[in-house]
Order: sequence, then C-alpha cells, then structure tokens
Amino acid sequence: MSAVTEPIGAQPARLRTPYKRAARRGTLALALLAAILLGAQLLPGDALAIDATARALPPQPDHLMGTDLLGRDIAARTLAALAQSVQIGLLAAGASTGVAVILGLGATFGRLADHAVGVLTELALGLPHFVLLIMIAFAMGGGTTGVIVAVALTHWPRLARVLRHEAQTIAASDYVAISRALGRSRLWVARHHLAPHLVAQIVAGFIVIFPHAILHEAGLSFIGLGIEPHLPSIGVMLSESLREIMAGHWWVAAAPGLGLMLVALAFERFGEALRQVSDPAGHIT
Amino acid sequence: MTAWLARLVAGRLIRLAWLLPLAAVGLFALISLAPIDPVQAYVGGRTSQIGPEQRDAIASAWGLDRPASERFASWLGDLAGGDLGQSITFNAPVLQVIAARLPASMALVGLAFALSFLLGTLLGLVAGATRGRWPDRVIRTLAVVLAASPGFWVAILLVAVFAVTLGWLPACCAAPPGQLASEVTPADRWRHMVLPVATLSVVGIAPLVLHTRQSLIAFLDSPAARHLSAHGATPLRLAFGPGLRHAAGVALTLHLAGAGELFGGSVLAEAVFAWPGLGQATVRAATGADAPLLMGIGLATLLFVFAGNLLADIAARLADPRLRRIA
Repeated sequence: MSAVTEPIGAQPARLRTPYKRAARRGTLALALLAAILLGAQLLPGDALAIDATARALPPQPDHLMGTDLLGRDIAARTLAALAQSVQIGLLAAGASTGVAVILGLGATFGRLADHAVGVLTELALGLPHFVLLIMIAFAMGGGTTGVIVAVALTHWPRLARVLRHEAQTIAASDYVAISRALGRSRLWVARHHLAPHLVAQIVAGFIVIFPHAILHEAGLSFIGLGIEPHLPSIGVMLSESLREIMAGHWWVAAAPGLGLMLVALAFERFGEALRQVSDPAGHIT
Repeated sequence: MTAWLARLVAGRLIRLAWLLPLAAVGLFALISLAPIDPVQAYVGGRTSQIGPEQRDAIASAWGLDRPASERFASWLGDLAGGDLGQSITFNAPVLQVIAARLPASMALVGLAFALSFLLGTLLGLVAGATRGRWPDRVIRTLAVVLAASPGFWVAILLVAVFAVTLGWLPACCAAPPGQLASEVTPADRWRHMVLPVATLSVVGIAPLVLHTRQSLIAFLDSPAARHLSAHGATPLRLAFGPGLRHAAGVALTLHLAGAGELFGGSVLAEAVFAWPGLGQATVRAATGADAPLLMGIGLATLLFVFAGNLLADIAARLADPRLRRIA
C-alpha cells in the first residue's frame, strides 16, 4: 500500500490533519479488534456445536450467515475464527516487529553487522513471500507455532530498513553530536533522542505488519500448513467451503472472508494513516 | 546503451553467484529442520502393509540414514551436475516435475502479469486524472479493498458467481476432466484460464494503481502539464498522452519487481482451481514432506524473483537515462 497524499488546500472542506485521521482510523480498528475478542468470549457454549437439524441453511433470522453441511452456525464460527486469527496475528506481528528491531538496530553496529543484515534481507526477499512462508511453516512442522514463526521471519525487512535508516540519521545528527559534546552518555542519548523517534516507527511498523500477518496466516491455514484444522480459523473455514461452494452454498465462504477482509482493511488504513503522520512528505514505498 | 546494461547484468550475476549457494544452504538447513518424517508421510495410511524392514529400505533408498552434512554434500554435488534429486510425492526427478509443471504456471502468471499491468495502469491514470471526484474514489476504494482481501477468497467468490450460480465458466482444472490432452480444444483451454487469470490479475493490483495515480498527479502538477492545460488539454487527454509516458516506466519497474509475488499468489489460486502447475506442486510437496521437490521449487522461484528484479532494473534505466550513470 502506498501513502496517498493530497496537497494541502486541494480539498479544504474535507481536509483532516494526518493526526486526526490516524486517531479516527485507529479508534475504528481497535474497536473492531475489541469487539471481535469480546464477542468471541461472549459466544454461548453451544454456538459452535454441530446441529444435525440445521444443515446447510442459507442466511435467515436464526442463522444470520447460514450454516454449513454439519449444521454449524457460520456467523458464530466466523467470530470464533476471527478471534483466533487476530490473536495469532498479534503474536506473529509482534514477533516480526521484534525481529525487525533487532536486525534494524543491529545493523547500525559497524559495517560487518550492516553487511550481515543486508545479506539476510537479500535472502528473505529472494523468494516470493508466500513460498518462503510455506518453507518456514514446513520446517516448523506446520501448526500454529509454524505460522507464527513463518510470519515472524518473513515480514521484518521493510521495518528493519526504516529503523536502520532512522537510527543512522539520528546518530549522525547535530543535536546528538552536541549532546555527546556536552557530556551526555550514550545511554542518555539513546533514551532521550533515539527512543522517542524509534518507538513511533516501531508502533507504526507493527500496525502495518498486522494485516499482512493475518492474511498470510489465513493463506497458510487454507493450504493445510497453518492452524490445526480442529481449531476454528478463517483459512480452514474457507478451505472447507471449497467443497460446499459447488453445491451453491455461497454463504459458507462469504462471511469468513468478509470478516477477515474488514479486519485487514481497518488495520491497513490505520497503518497507512500512521505512516503519513510519521512521514508527512508522503514517502512512497 | 550497452555499457550500462553489461555493467548492470554483470553486477547482478555476481550477486546471484553468492546469493544462490547461500540460499541453497539456507533452504537445506530449513528443510532438514522439519520434524515430519518423510517415510511416514510416504507410507501414510498403509502403515499396516509396510513393516519396519521396508521402512528402513525406503529410508536408505532416499539416503535418509546418512547424516545431514553428508546428504547436503551429495545434494550439492548432484545440483552442480543439474540433478535436483527425486521427488517423493510425484515419484519422478524433481527437475522433470518442475519442467512439466512450469508451463502451466507460467501461462497463468504471464497472462495475469500482462493483464494486471494494463488494468492497473489504466485505472491509475483514470484515478489520477479525476482526482478527488467519484471515479477516483471508486478506483481507490476498490484497490484498497482488494489489497485487504485474501486472494484465495476472491477466487472462491469468482467460482461461486461465475461457475456455480451463472454456470458460465469451469470452476476447476486446466481442461475438462476425463479428457485426453489431445482432445482438449484451444477454446476449452482458454475457458479454463479465465477465472484463475482474473483472480491473479486483480488481487495484487493495488500498488500499481496507487503508484500510477501518484506519478500522474505529480506530472499534472508540473509546469509542463500546467502549460499544456493552459493550451486547452483536458486532464484525461494529458493522462493518456504525456502522462502515460511519464508514469509507464515507473509502473513497469514496479510491476516487474513484484512479479515474484504473482507466483506466490498463484500458489493459492492453483490450490482453489486445482490448476496443475508449480503452485499446486508446492502445496503437495509441503503437505507431503517432499523435501527434494520443495528445495527445487525454492531455487526455481529464487531465479524467477531474480529475473524479475533484473528486468525491473533494466526497465527503470530504459525509462530514465539518468539512472544509467549510477551503478
């Protein structure tokens, strides 16, 4: 996704500052996240149960999104699956952000480290994203851990590059030189000059990685390398829907994909707005 | 013209020369980590028919009883001689499996590449020319929504609408089931390609649309464009005249650099449409613990991404001569 900037003054009537837009989209995304996690907790115990009397029903008042061949309510199952996906996505995106922080900042420790991180980046970007995800998930033996590790090890390059650049720019700046000349320790400089900038970038990077994490997690689960099939997950639901779609049961695929799309969309828009806040010049990546 | 090209290609080949062995070591290490027992995956449900002696025989036939370092050395030696080993799931040499399945995937990826380039540039130009008005909003919303949709879900929806409900197009495979390859007509082949190609063309289109829009807007704000519009040129005419020339180079560069992702997308598209290509083989290799095939596919896609990036660099320099001077 690229940041789309409108020149200031082009649309004065609808103009919102980047901060306000980020706050608005952030509230929306986090509210959606909270609603999913809370909603899944509040699901009645039998909401996911198999019901032989309500098999393959189209959407109707009792089952808002219909039921599948086993009589399970699609809406309830989608909610549970989304909660599962979101939790795994948060973990995986967090782990990937951690990798990016370590490698991005690690690259600033001398030329050798910089080259090593460069080689790692080159390797991570050398394969198509999804092929590398499959390889790592395979190496981990599939399953939820496999998904988290695979996402963590594949989504870091962009954020690592941003952090490396940011840290190097700040370290080379005049105010850091002056601070050092005034006798401030390296730690003091790191905490007062480096950290405030980097924390903002790290948070924005995490938000940007998150939608990709849940989309890729769903993809891996869809081909059978991800979340264990007995757990509710969007990828597994969509993979099961493949069989039912041929019988015309479109609703089996509609709700899970739509739910995932809305979550990804909300966070993608939030991340984009955050990026505009941290880079008002409209940096295109 | 040729000096910069030779320098660029030489530089990239040197990079490939160290990247490829590193990637081979990395892939081998990664795949050796897998806790899945390939013999068990091969035996599968036939556990009762295959005794421990036969298992040992299978393991030694595949060289699994030797230590990893020895296996890696022999794999590397074979690789240097052009032998990628034996695929377990397809029971054929890896190179043969890849060669047999590559054309089907390349047909999908190649068509989707051309189609999404045309579509993405077109939509980007229209959006840029009508900035802020409804066509722009519709196109941008569409691009952002598509970027947030799982590609395989889009594929499933297309099947539900065009194959099941309307019955216009086949939902699966590269040819009607049960027909010999010689009986399949070209028209049948094309019909089977429509939905997979459509899926692949639209799911990754967002960056192209937004970048083209962005570079057209930058052009429309330039003194040259202001001059032309003072002479009466409309934004749409500017977009498809000088604006297209302005944006096309960047768009092509971006699109070529993203060609590897098209292959990634085709893994999922092929899974939905049961398309007999390399993507389907990837999934079967991964779920069937077929390490040699998985490594072969890894190396093949590495070369694919490399070629895409190299072509992207060449396209960028063809479009913008200033780039030729640096590196």
